[in-house]
Amino acid sequence: MADVPGAQPTTFLLGRLNWDAIPKDPIIWVTFAAVVLGGIVVLGALTKYRLWGYLWKEWFTSVDHKKIGIMYIALALVMFVRGFADALMMRLQQVWAFNGSEGYLNSHHYDQVFTAHGVIMIFFVAMPFITGLMNYLVPLQIGARDVSFPFLNNFSFWMTVGGAVITMASLFIGEFAQTGWLAFPPLSGLQSSPYVGVDYYIWGLQVAGVGTTLSGINLLVTILKMRAPGMTMMRLPIFTWTSLCANVLIVASFPVLTMTLILLTLDRYLGTAFFTNEAGGNSMMYVNLIWIWGHPEVYILILPLFGVFSEVTSTFSGKRLFGYSSMVYATVCITILSYVVWLHHFFTMGSGASVNAFFGITTMIISIPTGAKLFNWLFTMYKGRIRYELPMMWTLAFMLTFTVGGMTGVLLAVPPADFVLHNSLFLVAHFHNVIIGGVLFGLFAAINFWWPKAFGFRLNVFWGKVSFWFWVVGFWMAFMPLYVLGLMGVTRRLRVFEDPSYQIWFGVAAFGAVLIAVGIAAMFVQFGVSIWKRNDPAMRDETGDPWDGRTLEWATSSPPPDYNFAFTPVSHGLDTWWDMKREGAARPVGKYHAIHMPKNTGTGVVLSAIATVFGMAMIWYIWWLAVLSFAGLVVVAIWHTFNYNRDFYIPVTEIEAKEAARTKQLQAAAGV
Amino acid sequence: MKSFIKSSSLSLMAAVPLLAGCKAEVLAPAGDVAARQRDLLVQSTLLMLVIIVPVMALTVFFAWKYRSRNKAAEYQPDWDHSTKLELVIWAAPLFIIICLGALTWVGTHLLDPYRPLDRVSVNTPVTGEHQTLRVEVVALDWKWLFIYPDQGIATVNRLVVPEDTPVEFSLTSSTVMNAFYIPAMAGMIYAMPGMETKLHGVLNEQGDYKGIASHYSGAGFSGMHFVTRVTDQAGFDAFVAGTKAAGGSLDRETYLALAAPSQNEAPRGYAQVDPILFARVVNLCVEEGQICVAEMMAIDAAGGAGLAGTMNLMPKYARADGRERVMPVLGGNVNMIQGFCGPDEEARMLSQRVVIAPREITAPGPMQGAGLTPPVGLFGKSNNQFSQIATQPAAGEDF
Repeated sequence: MADVPGAQPTTFLLGRLNWDAIPKDPIIWVTFAAVVLGGIVVLGALTKYRLWGYLWKEWFTSVDHKKIGIMYIALALVMFVRGFADALMMRLQQVWAFNGSEGYLNSHHYDQVFTAHGVIMIFFVAMPFITGLMNYLVPLQIGARDVSFPFLNNFSFWMTVGGAVITMASLFIGEFAQTGWLAFPPLSGLQSSPYVGVDYYIWGLQVAGVGTTLSGINLLVTILKMRAPGMTMMRLPIFTWTSLCANVLIVASFPVLTMTLILLTLDRYLGTAFFTNEAGGNSMMYVNLIWIWGHPEVYILILPLFGVFSEVTSTFSGKRLFGYSSMVYATVCITILSYVVWLHHFFTMGSGASVNAFFGITTMIISIPTGAKLFNWLFTMYKGRIRYELPMMWTLAFMLTFTVGGMTGVLLAVPPADFVLHNSLFLVAHFHNVIIGGVLFGLFAAINFWWPKAFGFRLNVFWGKVSFWFWVVGFWMAFMPLYVLGLMGVTRRLRVFEDPSYQIWFGVAAFGAVLIAVGIAAMFVQFGVSIWKRNDPAMRDETGDPWDGRTLEWATSSPPPDYNFAFTPVSHGLDTWWDMKREGAARPVGKYHAIHMPKNTGTGVVLSAIATVFGMAMIWYIWWLAVLSFAGLVVVAIWHTFNYNRDFYIPVTEIEAKEAARTKQLQAAAGV
Repeated sequence: MKSFIKSSSLSLMAAVPLLAGCKAEVLAPAGDVAARQRDLLVQSTLLMLVIIVPVMALTVFFAWKYRSRNKAAEYQPDWDHSTKLELVIWAAPLFIIICLGALTWVGTHLLDPYRPLDRVSVNTPVTGEHQTLRVEVVALDWKWLFIYPDQGIATVNRLVVPEDTPVEFSLTSSTVMNAFYIPAMAGMIYAMPGMETKLHGVLNEQGDYKGIASHYSGAGFSGMHFVTRVTDQAGFDAFVAGTKAAGGSLDRETYLALAAPSQNEAPRGYAQVDPILFARVVNLCVEEGQICVAEMMAIDAAGGAGLAGTMNLMPKYARADGRERVMPVLGGNVNMIQGFCGPDEEARMLSQRVVIAPREITAPGPMQGAGLTPPVGLFGKSNNQFSQIATQPAAGEDF
């Protein structure tokens, strides 16, 4: 192939992988050294304390939705550190590169940084975070023992890890895409991006996308088919409702992303002309397709968090959620409307006025159900008894922050206003305003709220408050200057600046980012301190219901047993657990039955590892390995279908022992 | 209405005193179109604040009043429904959105970048006396090429326009997507390869304004900016004369050399321009021998060229910016398709590009949508002009 003009030299054994693939950048070497050292320490500790077997048996191969949920969130936290490091690098570059200075990042590096920041934050932070949360909570909230397809759940998680591994590998081998997080062609086409960057992007997302789509199907079926007796659709906890809608969106929109990326792959590998300039290709087709996935994606992220805020507000106000049905209809409205607004991402690409006006107005219509939701939270607080624990603090911060983000969002939906604000830092400020103010604040509320459920002890309040204040103040410091810069006509993704009057604003934004960094550090300190002092009686959650909760997950112990509930609960209305407590329902004990449970399997890990190898082989043009690993995928998948040893019964004696211990625990807690 | 716009924009400026000190070009533009876009932005903001401010105030108030330590506050744990309240909380945003939607519909049509201007400033409608300045813009890697077809000159990274003159930009790009943005003049519009977009704008104050590439386009993106100089008519004429006197000619070869990737290009000019160069760029046929998209479309529209269409291939060719092509690793060579037209026919075809004639303006006014026919329903046929990629061949042309 070396004689083909413009193609990179390839060898049979390693494709286009050679010494040139090692980045020539000291920043990356230092990062690499740090990662290697950190890796050696972690792996060494795991080996020293003989944790490999424990991790493999209890976690990696687990099909327990609770453990998978926690692993998803752990993955999200790790990737969050990477994504945030990218953010800090951008802030530093943009405050540095003034008065003729080029800053410290060249364009090859800087353009990868902003692309990786977007890709990682959306696909490998926000998505695993919410998938983990839904995984953990949905079965507990609907009184189920696991999801519908437990093995698929494990497989989905490991595919997400595979995608993350591919994306991270690009840091040290080759390069990542320099295209922006949606990789618009022709820039992402072969002519403008011939090297591995875009291929890393494609295969990272494709491998992770398999996981996301399958997990969407899994949770959708779980909610529809596994609800406890008596739990009709209109008695679903509101978080489960929003999860249902988010998963409907995942199932309906992720195939579009997969297909779009396949078409781009064909353009890059086979020379087809779907999105090329020549031979009838149309790059605007890609822009349409990617946003037909991309806009619902935004609602996939935010809807479950709307559910979290609803649960938190109602729990900490000690009051029923105001307007439950109105909340449900609002969620469903948003779900449907999210499919008819995608063009608002490119008003400026020359659609006619009528088309632009149509999509602008449909976008604004979404703000009606969203507004109704805000009012519902407001009136849930009204005549309540609001306890200001950390989850409620995050919720209030959300309500005040998200409102501003929502307003600037509607502003951007007015096409003539968008013409002056599109691609500007105003836009960047807007979507960080809703994604940080909505998704991230919601996730922090969720972590503080459900941590005791997952681990049996509460999180440290002092460090939680430190994290909260640094985050909230840091957020406003970091993004308000971007709104201002947007109004000054400064656009995004610029590496160097001419006009010195911008610098002060970038300086404030960089300072805000530093405050956020302190907030993130404080969060990890909070985790550390809480784990360190987990046996402190004041922090322990013996009852399983530390916040006076309302939904079924608080009915079981903290952490819940493998089987979640010894007896399947029966729902007689909304707020099932709250009603049970009020009516003094006794905890059912006595004649237990053996519980049918799915068995752990390592197939998910194996399949995902092979898929990751396949992705890397495709990226580097190592065809023999690609063929081999693809065949391996098929063989292992078929082999797994012959594995009939996939379930077992938890014997009655074990359940009796666990439930007796629980009875003792509850009595001791009541005695205190 | 006008006074409302004035006062509202003033009040926003007052509300954001921080911005007064810096060059908030979006809020204080020098061109009428951008000013009207700004007005819409301010009006929409105020309209939304009608609901945002009470919501935020209520949030703080409820959060404070119903705190658990305040035992005096009423506590009703089971109060979760009120039909009247529900009606209000759905109706209030709905009402705001109806107003905003109306504003959007009218504003979007009125400020459609494809629509020829109806006025050059608040009090000056466009009349027959106004000469529209046409500028053809090509986004190259990584510099801007401006062709003045009526003056027969071209510049790189420098735009000069006379004040109070409607400017009609036709935009395209050589290889990747970009967006053309002069914040002080009018909103941005994308420049995309193989496609042509339009933008109408005007600048009302003399001075230098920044022009930028606002869609990321690769390594040299940050340096891809230019100065827009607004002069009086005499200054513009002097600029044209000066460019002509300085010499230099932009034809197909020099264009291909110019299109090769380069960064932070200094401004320069060309005294002569191939009159159909822009049409060639849009039709992706600057390179010798490459078929024009217009011809390809015409052949396709006529049912294709049959077997002959499989024979006009050349094994390899360069890219639109003159660089060597990268061949797909698993595909065969990408072939260059040659046109059937001779050079004369091709030139004739490209010179017949649709030029949108400014529509006669009958009733100028801020909310009339003058110069624009109203849309005839969602699926009805609208008479509004959209720029086509290229013309159909004239009757009698034989391909």
